Amino acid sequence: MAVNGAGQIHLEIDGVAVSVPEGANVAAAVARATPAFRRGTQGGIRGPLCGMGVCFECRVRIDACDHQRACMVPARAGMRVQTLV
Amino acid sequence: MSEQYDVLVCGAGPAGLAATRAAASQGARVGLIDAQPRPGGQVWRHDLRFGTPRSARRAVAAALRGADWLGGASVVAAERGELLLERADGAARVRYARLVLATGARELSLPFPGWTLPGVTGAGGLQALVKQGWPIAGRRVVVAGSGPLLLAVAAGLRRHGARILAIVEQAPAARVRAFAWGLVAAPTAAAQALRLRLALAGVPYRCGEFVQAAHGDGRLQAVTIRTARGRVQRVECEQLAVGFGLVPNVELAQLLGCRLDRSGRHASVATDAGLQTSVPEIYAAGEVRGIGGAAAARLEGRIAGLAACGADAAAGRSARAQRRARRFAARVGRCFSLDARLYTLAEPETIVCRCEDVPFAALAGFGDARAAKLATRCGMGACQGRICGDALAALGRYAQPNAAAPLFPVRLSTLTDIWSESQPVTST
Repeated sequence: MAVNGAGQIHLEIDGVAVSVPEGANVAAAVARATPAFRRGTQGGIRGPLCGMGVCFECRVRIDACDHQRACMVPARAGMRVQTLV
Repeated sequence: MSEQYDVLVCGAGPAGLAATRAAASQGARVGLIDAQPRPGGQVWRHDLRFGTPRSARRAVAAALRGADWLGGASVVAAERGELLLERADGAARVRYARLVLATGARELSLPFPGWTLPGVTGAGGLQALVKQGWPIAGRRVVVAGSGPLLLAVAAGLRRHGARILAIVEQAPAARVRAFAWGLVAAPTAAAQALRLRLALAGVPYRCGEFVQAAHGDGRLQAVTIRTARGRVQRVECEQLAVGFGLVPNVELAQLLGCRLDRSGRHASVATDAGLQTSVPEIYAAGEVRGIGGAAAARLEGRIAGLAACGADAAAGRSARAQRRARRFAARVGRCFSLDARLYTLAEPETIVCRCEDVPFAALAGFGDARAAKLATRCGMGACQGRICGDALAALGRYAQPNAAAPLFPVRLSTLTDIWSESQPVTST
């Protein structure tokens, strides 16, 4: 069931165009643009830890909706994602 | 109005899929819930490049044939006989006569200097990310922590093009060797170990060693490893995948009033031999009962699904195999028990609560998680104390905090739904 040659999805991370294979999540798209997903309360840069929706370290803004876990949301064409909000 | 199921199954990993199939085989109307958009759980998470193993595809297909699939749905609150779900398109209520909890486990992370740097992930965590497209080809990766999972993770990452610099296993070499010899009595596990060994040809498997710090400016650039000879070695890398085992996801069970077994550092759901919890209409299967591996989970899912339909005789036919799988898991647990030095890596300024940026030093002097939380906000953030609570329980600091509704941060509209019904939502 390998998905070789499957389509690419185009979306925007902080205004930069990024493409990921179909079936990828938003975390995979963000990682193509930057290692920095969010800021800790003291200002430190954070990225995903658990990869499975538990730690909330990968929170980003997706299409103007804050606090979305990038690891839990499938990437869709035309999404606008903002990091470090 | 809410859907009503004879049997509702929470969690679509090996246990939940087996429970769903078993309950449906008895003619029950079955619903299967999972927070992920696709069934499979963690061990059978779909890999967008390599798909899923045939056994997983079969289990998924067999389960979905006879049940309603409620994917992408987080259980956020519960009353007797009813769960409140949050999905991307809004909140929903589902009612049940019998409930099977197959909520699985999460990974244990322990705090050490630098563990908050981007590039440091769980071991299973990085595997999950890579399966869903995380860029890893050509990246230098150190896989560290403990347990057979490290081998599976390293082999999976290598298949995706990662350069695995080392697998750093904290268990001493003699114990790991003795365990490997013991696999002769478990042919399936032995064959799997051999396959992984071949897939990892040329990758150093360093036993009795651990990563004691991660370094970098805004992202991971290197780790330092404490070697078996007591030296400190610096290794440049872009990713550190570090996991110290698994912790049962007991929050929903606790919210429902199921008795927990708190004899270990991390709680699990207590059941009788028929996998019935202390709440008669609720059963539990797989990792949520204590870490037992996928084989035990599948068997327990089957047992729980049948028992939930009153098919006790059929359920009993899997009991022997299930006990054997649990005995094997107990041996794994003993072999890979954690070195006490791993509990002392955090320095005073090391952040322990990643949601609220609470440093280790701030937790001095508090007797329990609640006191620490009230004074420092430790455990008060978005993960609701899952990451720091598990870590502090492992360190022997505090027992894991109690779960309360909502089980995950929810939208305001979902909260409105929770409180708009006449009956109050139960909470412990």
